[in-house]
Amino acid sequence: MVSVVSPDAGQEAGQEAGQEAARAREVAATVTDPELPMLTLADLGVLRDVELADGTVIVTITPTYLGCPAMATMRDDLVHRLRDNGYPDVQVRVSLSPAWSSDDITAHGRRALAAHGISAPGRANRAAGPVALTLSPVRRAIACPRCGSREVELSSEFGPTACKAMYRCTACLEPFEHVKEI
Amino acid sequence: MGDTGDHDTDHDTDHDTDHESVYDGLLGSGDSQWAFGTEFEDPLAGMDTAIPDGADATSLAQYCLMLGDDALIYAHRLSEWSSRAPDLEDDIALSNIALDLLGQARLLLTRAAAADPALVPTLPAGSPVPPEDALAFFREENAFRNVRLVEPDNGDFAVTIVRLLIFASHRLAILQRLAASTDAILAAIAVKGVRELTYHRDYAARWFLTLALGTDESRRRLLAALTVVWPYYGELSRTHPVERLVAGQGVGVDPATLTDEVDVLLGQVFGVSGVDRPDLPAVGPVSGGTGRDGRHTEAMGPLLAEMQVVARAHPNGRW
Repeated sequence: MVSVVSPDAGQEAGQEAGQEAARAREVAATVTDPELPMLTLADLGVLRDVELADGTVIVTITPTYLGCPAMATMRDDLVHRLRDNGYPDVQVRVSLSPAWSSDDITAHGRRALAAHGISAPGRANRAAGPVALTLSPVRRAIACPRCGSREVELSSEFGPTACKAMYRCTACLEPFEHVKEI
Repeated sequence: MGDTGDHDTDHDTDHDTDHESVYDGLLGSGDSQWAFGTEFEDPLAGMDTAIPDGADATSLAQYCLMLGDDALIYAHRLSEWSSRAPDLEDDIALSNIALDLLGQARLLLTRAAAADPALVPTLPAGSPVPPEDALAFFREENAFRNVRLVEPDNGDFAVTIVRLLIFASHRLAILQRLAASTDAILAAIAVKGVRELTYHRDYAARWFLTLALGTDESRRRLLAALTVVWPYYGELSRTHPVERLVAGQGVGVDPATLTDEVDVLLGQVFGVSGVDRPDLPAVGPVSGGTGRDGRHTEAMGPLLAEMQVVARAHPNGRW
């Protein structure tokens, strides 16, 4: 990372590099998700790591779904944001493991979703052993993000993007999206 | 993925451009919106693609082709429902399922190409087509390793649901085991795939039940669909020598070991639906081979023709 000249100089340079990496991370953390623009990539939990090596910022992200078409846009947005903020050399890497879970969305991210009319996911059910078949309709204890009513019904487990299900509020009659537990 | 060199200028200028037409956003903003495009990023960027101890690269690559082709061909078939499903919710559901499978296919084909570059068809010098796209769009029919179940026409909604139930049940069983693969990339793809397939299987199983207990007409169609799809079920648990090999190496799964598990699960769905398990002969091998050997149904040629025609017409195309 940094060539060490003497113990003192090394420590100093190490600190500087650490601060620089922290600043790069702050910049990367401001990039928002292309599909859920109220969330930063950090809020969404897909920004895994930002490090600085020989002047190159190396950003690691993880896909929410394997077919997520937003990955390339995320990469481009990260590169541009960092470049605009004085980091000309940026590399974006993909990490598949550990797999992203909707549990990785931060508390701040959940509030941002709700404030924009999108219902945040509950805890993902991650029981060990074979995946059980669920034949009955999915029941989630969620509230309409617009009027707060708990009288909501699922219209489809598959929504406009891979990560969302579609709901309808039977009180205010508005449709809304729910980020699926995964 | 790390390659961000050549198309940056486009982006920089695009930031400051006032869009005058609704089409402007599609032009000159780089290529990141195109799935099949130039300056394509490596979907495994930064991942360790070394071959695990005890595995051989050729078999690992062949195995990735099998699982990747299952997903690719079925994704293509299912995507034909886009704009044609019985209602908007199911249109979106089937399109989402196709997209999930396409995502799995892309990574699996990338893994295959990384493990054994000799598999990738040769393209004209200077072609910008990445290896996984070369595998998808430039292989001949007999080089595809998918099971025949995924090839035939979608039929009516009942045929689609029965096929999806069988496919998703079997693939979910494979991926659950594959999560313990000694190949870190296959294991990571499997862990993510399990979560996706869980939704697919539940979706198909619920519709199966709904059609079975719905109207006389929906039940009639469901039973008719079972006779169309069931003959291809047996092939899913027929072990190909490559599958036996990779299972022995700790990399893959022998599908024959999943038969009981998948049978029990399908039996559960049939039971609550009041449907008998079909008693129909399986479609046999052709000249001693099945889909895993590159022997396909008559539906495969037209499917590939449609899927590959544009890419093949422009092997040097920049999109």
